[in-house]
Amino acid sequence: MKLPTPPLPKALRPKPARPGSRAPRNGSQANGSVQDLRPGAANGSGGGPSKGGGSTIDREQRKEKFEIPIGIAGWLDERSGASPFARGFLYRKTPKGTNWAYTLGSATMFAFLSQAVTGVFLAMYYNPAPADAYESIARISNEVFLGEFVRGMHRWGSTVMVVLIFLHMARTFFYGAYKYPRELNWLIGVVLIVLTLAMALTGYLLPFDQRGFWATVVAVNINASAPIMGPYLADFLRGGSEFSATTLSRFYSIHMLLVPGLIAVLIGAHLYLVAKLGITAPPWLKAEKDKALTRDEI
Amino acid sequence: MAIKPKQTKKSPYAADRGIPAAHEGETVTRRRFMELNALTVGGIASAAFGLPALGFAVGPMLSDTTEDDFKRVGLEADFTADEYVPKVITIVDDASTASKTTVYLRRFNPQIDTDKFRQPYVAISNRCMHVGCPIRYVQASQRFICPCHGGIYDFQGLVIGGPPVRPLDRFRARVKDGLVEVGSRFSVTDALDEKYQPRDPSNRVDGLWKYLYPPRPTT
Repeated sequence: MKLPTPPLPKALRPKPARPGSRAPRNGSQANGSVQDLRPGAANGSGGGPSKGGGSTIDREQRKEKFEIPIGIAGWLDERSGASPFARGFLYRKTPKGTNWAYTLGSATMFAFLSQAVTGVFLAMYYNPAPADAYESIARISNEVFLGEFVRGMHRWGSTVMVVLIFLHMARTFFYGAYKYPRELNWLIGVVLIVLTLAMALTGYLLPFDQRGFWATVVAVNINASAPIMGPYLADFLRGGSEFSATTLSRFYSIHMLLVPGLIAVLIGAHLYLVAKLGITAPPWLKAEKDKALTRDEI
Repeated sequence: MAIKPKQTKKSPYAADRGIPAAHEGETVTRRRFMELNALTVGGIASAAFGLPALGFAVGPMLSDTTEDDFKRVGLEADFTADEYVPKVITIVDDASTASKTTVYLRRFNPQIDTDKFRQPYVAISNRCMHVGCPIRYVQASQRFICPCHGGIYDFQGLVIGGPPVRPLDRFRARVKDGLVEVGSRFSVTDALDEKYQPRDPSNRVDGLWKYLYPPRPTT
């Protein structure tokens, strides 16, 4: 014996379409209050106006999901073709089994973005002269509105970025994601690590306190210990044979213009290759055999 | 699979390569010529701003940035032959307190000193020869001690412990009109018998090492 299905409670029943909603549930086309007013936008999808049938409606609805409304976004999209690009980039396929470890790369990038933004604003108050550098930092910390917070984000964010970039590298290494065809992306990543450490080193001097000063003296002399090229590299970093006012402004310029520019460009290349080559499945995941193919082979 | 026949060398003449409208004897097509032109002009334009900017950045590497003039540090009576007196001198311009350095001074003592520099005063630089931390003279033990990584030097500045690679640098010193004056820095060998242009800390100067750490234009 089979009982008839009880009717759905009122709360769960599908709601009637609101007047003027874009995709009326009853399938009737065009009750007309809000419609795409571009010529050919409503029925211009090649097949002409839908002549009934569920599949057409499905397709229309799916299309609608990606449709850009008229307005500034639509205006820009029509002229730049940004949405197919953004769709391809953001909705690209990822393998089964991806997990939180795969977010370390974006986490590092956001750490960089936060450093870039806070750094730009710190530069509004910072003065890279030996006599004023420490004073200007003290002013940021003690007097400027939210200065302590913004400087704190920059100072701690630098550590966070270094930690994240190494975790990201470890993930790539242990998942074997550096193998063919992704070796170039690994190499770009290695350069990015070196540049990140260069940021950490050059930024350490900028408060111009005892710790930053002596750490820089030691770091530059470690550079100088490399045979033949080392002393010249040290001279380049110091801007002469002794630590001087040039050294501070030089480190400031490297810290806020040279290296961030390189990092931004290389992050672009890194992301392009990630999107182009796709990401790797975790190594513990076996490739699934296509059943149809197996049957054919037999 | 068939092995590809080895490609015969292309003819240098555009006409032989099937390029339409090639005139007789043409080897470089117009398209190729324009390509090369664009690359050359672009290269020259980039070099025109790139090379001067690069030279601007590396300029300080190529000119002598040390000061040669002597600075007065005190009267002769201020110093003895068996104790070091610390004096502060300025070695670079306008870097605020960072442009100053400490010099440890005493009179030359023939009973202790074995160096061949023939200076009336021994002027020891306070820069540790490991990686450049400031060393400190400890009176009780008559040693120079570095706080960073434990470098220890004896009364003459010779390494007797820790990671430093050579004896402490010295300064030129002279007496003029009864005043002791200190000049530029120089590096010394382990035997204290030869002077060198000042090298960076961490650079050895003895034996073949001096070729691995060459003198630079800046010193």
